[in-house]
Amino acid sequence: MSESKALDERQTAEEPRPMKGAQMVWEALVREGVDLIFGHPGGAILPTYDALSPYEAEGRIHHVLVRHEQCAAHMADGYARVTGRVGVCIATSGPGATNLVTGLATAQMDSVPIVAITGQVPTNLLGTDAFQESDVVGVTQPVCKHNYLVTDVNELPLIIKEAFYIAREGRPGVVLIDICKDVQNATGLFRYDYEIDLPGFEPWPTVDQEAVRAAADAINKGERPLILAGHGVQLGGVSKELLELVEKAEIPVVTTLLGTGNIPESHPLSLGMGGMHGEAFANRAVQNCDVLIAMGMRFDDRITGRLDRFAKQATIIHFELDKAEVGKNVVPDIPVVGDLGETLPALLPLIEDRRHQVWIQELREWRDDTTQTDIINYEVDQLIPPFVIRQLWHSTKDANEGAIIVTDVGQHQMWECQYYTHDISGQLLTSGGLGTMGYALPAAIGAQMAHPDRLVWAVAGDGGFQMTLQELAVLKQERNLPVKIAIINNGFLGMVRQWQQLFYEKRYTGTPVVSPDFVKLADAYGIPALKVTQPSQVAEAFKTANETPGPFLIDFRVKEEVNVYPMIAPGAAVDEPIRRPKPMVVQGYSGVEPSW
Amino acid sequence: MKHTLVAWMRDKPGVLNRVSGMLRRRNFNIDSLQVGHSETPGISRMTFVVDGNEHMVDQVIKQLRKVVDVTRVEDISEKPSVAREMALVRVRTTGETRSEIVQIVQIYRGEIVDVAMDSMVVQIVGAEDRVDSLIALLENFGIQEMVRTGKVALVRGSTDRRSKRSTAVWRAVANGHHTEDERQRTGGV
Repeated sequence: MSESKALDERQTAEEPRPMKGAQMVWEALVREGVDLIFGHPGGAILPTYDALSPYEAEGRIHHVLVRHEQCAAHMADGYARVTGRVGVCIATSGPGATNLVTGLATAQMDSVPIVAITGQVPTNLLGTDAFQESDVVGVTQPVCKHNYLVTDVNELPLIIKEAFYIAREGRPGVVLIDICKDVQNATGLFRYDYEIDLPGFEPWPTVDQEAVRAAADAINKGERPLILAGHGVQLGGVSKELLELVEKAEIPVVTTLLGTGNIPESHPLSLGMGGMHGEAFANRAVQNCDVLIAMGMRFDDRITGRLDRFAKQATIIHFELDKAEVGKNVVPDIPVVGDLGETLPALLPLIEDRRHQVWIQELREWRDDTTQTDIINYEVDQLIPPFVIRQLWHSTKDANEGAIIVTDVGQHQMWECQYYTHDISGQLLTSGGLGTMGYALPAAIGAQMAHPDRLVWAVAGDGGFQMTLQELAVLKQERNLPVKIAIINNGFLGMVRQWQQLFYEKRYTGTPVVSPDFVKLADAYGIPALKVTQPSQVAEAFKTANETPGPFLIDFRVKEEVNVYPMIAPGAAVDEPIRRPKPMVVQGYSGVEPSW
Repeated sequence: MKHTLVAWMRDKPGVLNRVSGMLRRRNFNIDSLQVGHSETPGISRMTFVVDGNEHMVDQVIKQLRKVVDVTRVEDISEKPSVAREMALVRVRTTGETRSEIVQIVQIYRGEIVDVAMDSMVVQIVGAEDRVDSLIALLENFGIQEMVRTGKVALVRGSTDRRSKRSTAVWRAVANGHHTEDERQRTGGV
């Protein structure tokens, strides 16, 4: 260390304070700006919960008690997605920690920053199969960006600081800190002015300006350019710059599931979501473009379909922060590694003002050939899920700052993507990578806790909702948290049933679902609820829910065997979809103009 | 094609598990893996041999670099390097075969490190193919037990007098920002 650096450090050094490990946790969280955590106590984390009490009394940290630890992780996930800050969840050792795993894996797959804190048995019992012991660092290693076992109280502050740094910087992810119970009880010296020194951690790779120029050249030369925008656009906070690029060079945009809303979907150049359940014309655009500009996405199999036939004609440009994603599934012609917040602004001035009339006209013709607009604004005689979703959009599109929609996983999730027009980046929260059923309600709670004044809708199927419905109690415990819940209830694990229908000759094994009366269930929790069976009741029901203060649940008894179309069968190329039956519903087609 | 990769990592509990766990869950096949101290205190050095195509090796390197405790990774297959492996082989002997085995071991510049009435332990240090070929010969006499270390490797130093740095360091600096300072910090070549 140089002399001047040592001097600086002396001047700014924080006076180390003696403190118990348990208190260090809260002190460090406060320093990280955390004021909200989600968790469930238990034996091995008790000292830390005990030390929370003054922080809670002073209103510095609010603890949300969950009913299952998985949901603590989902809530932290929902909170992190809507705020862009690190979500924090806490659980005890053994079962508490193993219950977290699904939630952590969900967040890690979708690049959501979370710090998870778990209690562990005392150091002298480690490895003895003690009561409620499990190897949490071992169990969570594959689903974490990094994790720590803390066996020395003096290391705790630096570890927490590193954990937040790693979770937040670069491509966000999950960091778990497993703290032995005796460490929580031990007294050590607390300071928080450490400099992070992680030589193996390179969160922000240096941008190669040469690559940016090469990308700009390719884009300028393209006659049929297309942007494929993913979650990275939202994480990089560059929706505005993306829109600027799109309009400057007239480039249409297809998004991934998590990239939904990167540019307003009502924008003429938005083609909506691509991939397995993307509109046929969006996927056709991907297959027929000559320059594919992939931004902040990782060429997941759900977006590419059959890889060896993916975007064969295109020069592929890949803007990506995580080097390991570049060339993993699709080898790009021009990789541009770096933060989109840096690369996109560098790219913009190099892009020429262009119009691509022929290409746009072609897309318009494809679009007119069976799209989701077919059934938008339908007068339907049966309650079908797309209609419910479209009504949800009608009833929430003017919400203050835009509604936050949190979906579960399955058919309703795909219908939400197809029939809700997402005009705001980050408006849709959904488990994309891991596809975790049960995600909607807890993640909606996390989002609502972060934004108490925004309208938050959890949309779930009857199957997924029953995986985490115990969290309804949290809505009441958190002073009538106004999360609205729509259950798309079709009596099946719908997406699995759809696969059984299409690929397993309609053998519906394990997919019919018996549900409780959700209205009565909600009533038991003190939550007002409605059952909807007719299309004519839908709009009114949404209106009632939106206008009722506090939580509200609607049980939509929809038509049972409805499929999500179009669909790319597993192993098929993305331009070989199973098409939507045309017309999907015969009556009353209103012939709505496509938005462009 | 076989690639020799070298990774430097912080000497922390569980780091070997982090690396091997990543390799397993990403379905990478590792021929051999050897880990030990590097010249920098607190930094371990791991040598892998990976059998796979360019794409797979590229992925292994990138994924290794993502492991937070891993400070550097290099593919040294294309660089002039010295690679050695060690084996200890307990081979069955009789009165008649003993001197023949000793002769063979001498040809291979191996050593006899233990002798018993009906067996001896042979030590061989060398390039992988030399170790392979001695073992193949010894198999004719009956191998009772054997242990191989897996490959360890170092990049050769520069023979150019004008440059005091090794070629590898020069290249690293040219490609990135690995100054002498960083070299100390990361324990890299």
